[in-house]
Amino acid sequence: MSKVPIVENIMSANDQIAAKTRQQFDELGILALNVMASPGGGKTSVIMRTVESLKNEARIGVMDGDMVTIDADHIAELGVPVSLINTGGNCHLDANMVHSALPSLDLDAIDLLIIENVGNLICPAAFKLGVHLNVVIASVPEGDDKPYKYPAMFRGADVLLLNKIDLKPYLQFDVDYFQHGVEVLNPGLTFFQVSATTGEGFDAWLAWLRDKIKERSSAGQP
Amino acid sequence: MHELGVTQQLLKIALQYANEAEAVRINQLTIVIGELSSIVDDSVQFYWDIVSKGSIAQGSTLCFKRLSASLHCDACGHEFPLNRLEYICPECGSDRVSVASGDEFFLESIDVDLEPESTEQA
Repeated sequence: MSKVPIVENIMSANDQIAAKTRQQFDELGILALNVMASPGGGKTSVIMRTVESLKNEARIGVMDGDMVTIDADHIAELGVPVSLINTGGNCHLDANMVHSALPSLDLDAIDLLIIENVGNLICPAAFKLGVHLNVVIASVPEGDDKPYKYPAMFRGADVLLLNKIDLKPYLQFDVDYFQHGVEVLNPGLTFFQVSATTGEGFDAWLAWLRDKIKERSSAGQP
Repeated sequence: MHELGVTQQLLKIALQYANEAEAVRINQLTIVIGELSSIVDDSVQFYWDIVSKGSIAQGSTLCFKRLSASLHCDACGHEFPLNRLEYICPECGSDRVSVASGDEFFLESIDVDLEPESTEQA
C-alpha cells in the first residue's frame, strides 16, 4: 500500500461553480446577497422590510431556498420577482443549486439579488454561492452566545444584523459579550442592530446597502 | 444532508489523484477538518459507501483528523484552544485575541494499491 499526498480543498468543485456565478453577477452589475440565519431568526422579515424600503429605487430579485412556498409567496406579494429553489429538505444551498436557478430570474432587470438560504446556523457557512456579501442575521431571543457556539457562521460573514432588538427589554442579552465573540472571529465586521418588526435601526442598514448597490452597479458598467 | 454533496466532491478529487498515480485501488482517505469548518459528522461514511460504490474507492474508509481551533493572544502571544464559552486569554486575561487556526477542510492523502510494476508476461 502506498500513500499519495494530496492536500486539496474538498470544496473546490463547489467553489469553481460559485466563481462562475460571481462572474455573471459582476458582468451584469448585480449586487448579490446570501442571507443566512437560524430558522425563526428573521430572514424573511428582514428581507421583506428591506425590499419594501428599496424597491422604488433599485430593481430587486429574490431567490428563496426552501421546501415550501410560504416565504416566497409573502415576498412575491411585494411585487418583486421571486424564484423558489426547492431544497428538497437539504440543510443548505450550494453553488450548483444557485447557478442552476439563475435562468429562472431575468437577471438583466435586477440590481440587487437577495438569496435567502435555508434556516441553519451551521452548514450554509461552508458552501460559497458566488455572492458578494454573506449577510448573517442573529436575533435577540436566540441568546448572546451564538458567536461562541457557532463560530464558523460568524467567521464567514461580511455583514451582521442583530434582529429583534425590540425584545431586549424582556430578555437577557449581553450585547458586549455577543459583540466580543464576533470581533474575535471576524475583526471589524460591519454590525447593525435592527428590528424588522418596528423598523428600528433599518435606516443605517439601508444606507449601507444603498452604497453597496451603487458601488456594484458602477463597477458593472462597461 | 450536506454529506452527499461533500462525499461526491471528495470522490472526484480522490479518483483524479488515484488515476494520476496509476493506482488500482483506494483503501483509505485522510481528511483534515478544522473545528471552524466542521460540517462533516461521522454519518458521512454512510454516504461515502453509497457514492463510492462501483469505483476503485469502493470499500475504502474515511479517516478524519479533527483539528481544534486555536486562538492567539495579541497581548502576550499565548496560543490556546478555542472554547465555546468565552474568547479570553487564559494566561493574561486579555480579550485582544484572534483566530490562529481552525478553518482547515481538505483531503490530505489517500492510501492506494499501485498497479503491479510490470504487467507483461515473463
